[in-house]
Amino acid sequence: MTDRRSPLQRLFELHLPLLLIVLFALGPYVWMMMTSIKSNADIGAWPVRYWPDAFTTEHYHALLERTSFGVNLLNSFVIACGACVLGLSVSLPAAYAFSRYRFRGRRLLMTQFLVINMFPIVLIIIPLFVLMRNIGLLDTFIGIILGHSTFAVPFSIWMLTSYINAIPKDLDEAARIDGATTLEVLRLIILPVVMPGLVTTGIYIFVTSWNEYLFAMMLSGQNVRTVTVALQLFIGEFSVQWGLLTAAGTLIALPVTLLFLLVQKRLVSGLTSGAVKS
Amino acid sequence: MTTASKTGPAPPLVLTPYLFLLPAMLVTLAVVLWPVAETVWMSLHNFILFKPRNVPFIGLGNFWRLLNDEVFWLSLGHSLVWISLVVSLQFALGLVTALLLNQSFWWRSLARSLVIIPWALPSVIIGLTWTWMYDFNVGVLNDVFVRFGLIDKPVAWLAQPTSAFLSIVVALIWQGFPFFAVTILAGLQTISAELCEAADIDGATRFQRLRFITLPAIADVIATALLLRTIWVANSLDVILVMTGGGPGYSTYTLPLYAFLKAYSGMEFGYGSALAIMLTLLLLLVVFVYVRRAAKELDQ
Repeated sequence: MTDRRSPLQRLFELHLPLLLIVLFALGPYVWMMMTSIKSNADIGAWPVRYWPDAFTTEHYHALLERTSFGVNLLNSFVIACGACVLGLSVSLPAAYAFSRYRFRGRRLLMTQFLVINMFPIVLIIIPLFVLMRNIGLLDTFIGIILGHSTFAVPFSIWMLTSYINAIPKDLDEAARIDGATTLEVLRLIILPVVMPGLVTTGIYIFVTSWNEYLFAMMLSGQNVRTVTVALQLFIGEFSVQWGLLTAAGTLIALPVTLLFLLVQKRLVSGLTSGAVKS
Repeated sequence: MTTASKTGPAPPLVLTPYLFLLPAMLVTLAVVLWPVAETVWMSLHNFILFKPRNVPFIGLGNFWRLLNDEVFWLSLGHSLVWISLVVSLQFALGLVTALLLNQSFWWRSLARSLVIIPWALPSVIIGLTWTWMYDFNVGVLNDVFVRFGLIDKPVAWLAQPTSAFLSIVVALIWQGFPFFAVTILAGLQTISAELCEAADIDGATRFQRLRFITLPAIADVIATALLLRTIWVANSLDVILVMTGGGPGYSTYTLPLYAFLKAYSGMEFGYGSALAIMLTLLLLLVVFVYVRRAAKELDQ
């Protein structure tokens, strides 16, 4: 539709308000990154020194050399990858079953996966701690990965089911007529076509697991501390060292921001496919 | 009925879908369903973590205690205010953002990408960066507000009950409005241009078009987004935990936070479980409405 508003009107009704919103969205993020490259003198200045004379990487050096943050980054990476692999590998066959078969209990089971995705974390986390403690999985990679599968599995099942639903059934049937078994259909026909959806879902799980704090804190100790838990401990430990804290924050936030921006378009269309009918 | 003439290959065994579901079900059983059952069991016992040999069955004792627990009612009240404030403001800002982003202008896709960023960030970072901005001594918000003359002298935002609560609400709005913006935007893009043009030709003002065409067309999207977000905000406790840990006093306690702190710091797993179950029961209605809407999809 043609816009009959004058440029001035568009400036006040579109560009300026949106610019304010973008500033609001970006402001805290940019401020965190700015703080991480300022010297301690500039950080502690009052009134606030917005643009210092010189920038520094001293906080990043201190963070990686004097603390265990490097190890924490690695831990988080391992756990996020593990949550991805576990989540996707059990969810893909389940999603295939939900999409291609009509069987007794299908509705109930699908609803179940939807409902457990909405359970309060506190409902699961308290007994999960007791359980992990009893079977000796507290403070292990596998323990936290299992903890993260509480949200990774139901989420992936719903996402992948909607992606597989979008693949025409004719493809399966054609392959079957050529004599392919069900597993072959899944591996040779479905998997390649659903790959973009699988990657999107995987990245979302990765980001969520990387960002996750409560399970990681509850289920980890000295051995497999993740970045979010480590950062929270730093806040207590180095309470006034904002340079160090914001450097850690920046290192945690940058990779997930990039991943998220990479998949956001497809992710949103997947997440909203239930709500939006086009 | 099912034995009608079969020309194609034999249908796969009925067992197949269950086999495909088995791994997912096993994981879910182990890490969700079993723990939830355990929560119910614990809520009926006086289970304190460092007294594993002394776990007496007390029936509904924990729930009885909860009804007489001032902190429970306080947390519940906070939770209600918290949910309505956060969700409605996230929605309002998200709607405005979506309406702006739904127009055509040269930096639209850039704006869209930038607006989404807070959504990607972990709650610990949200807590950290806002705590830093609210800082009493050298915080940027105090500086900006003093410069613009909004306040005379720096305010200790997170140290006073009311301002601490509202400060966290603002941080949560920041985190959540991008979700509304992109969801509503996706809805807006399904509205046909002809419909708007027709209304335009008929002389509808822009406000009338919004009120009578746009909003009704995306009512479904909005309802789903509101339900999802309500559940999510009601359950979230990590940003509060990082920013104030519930304080000062009990001023930023919400129900999930109280349940978590009871178990985590108080080691009272029985009582914490009862609180968690109470939260779940209160949320059940919202979940039910959402699930019914989403379940319409199932029979496609």
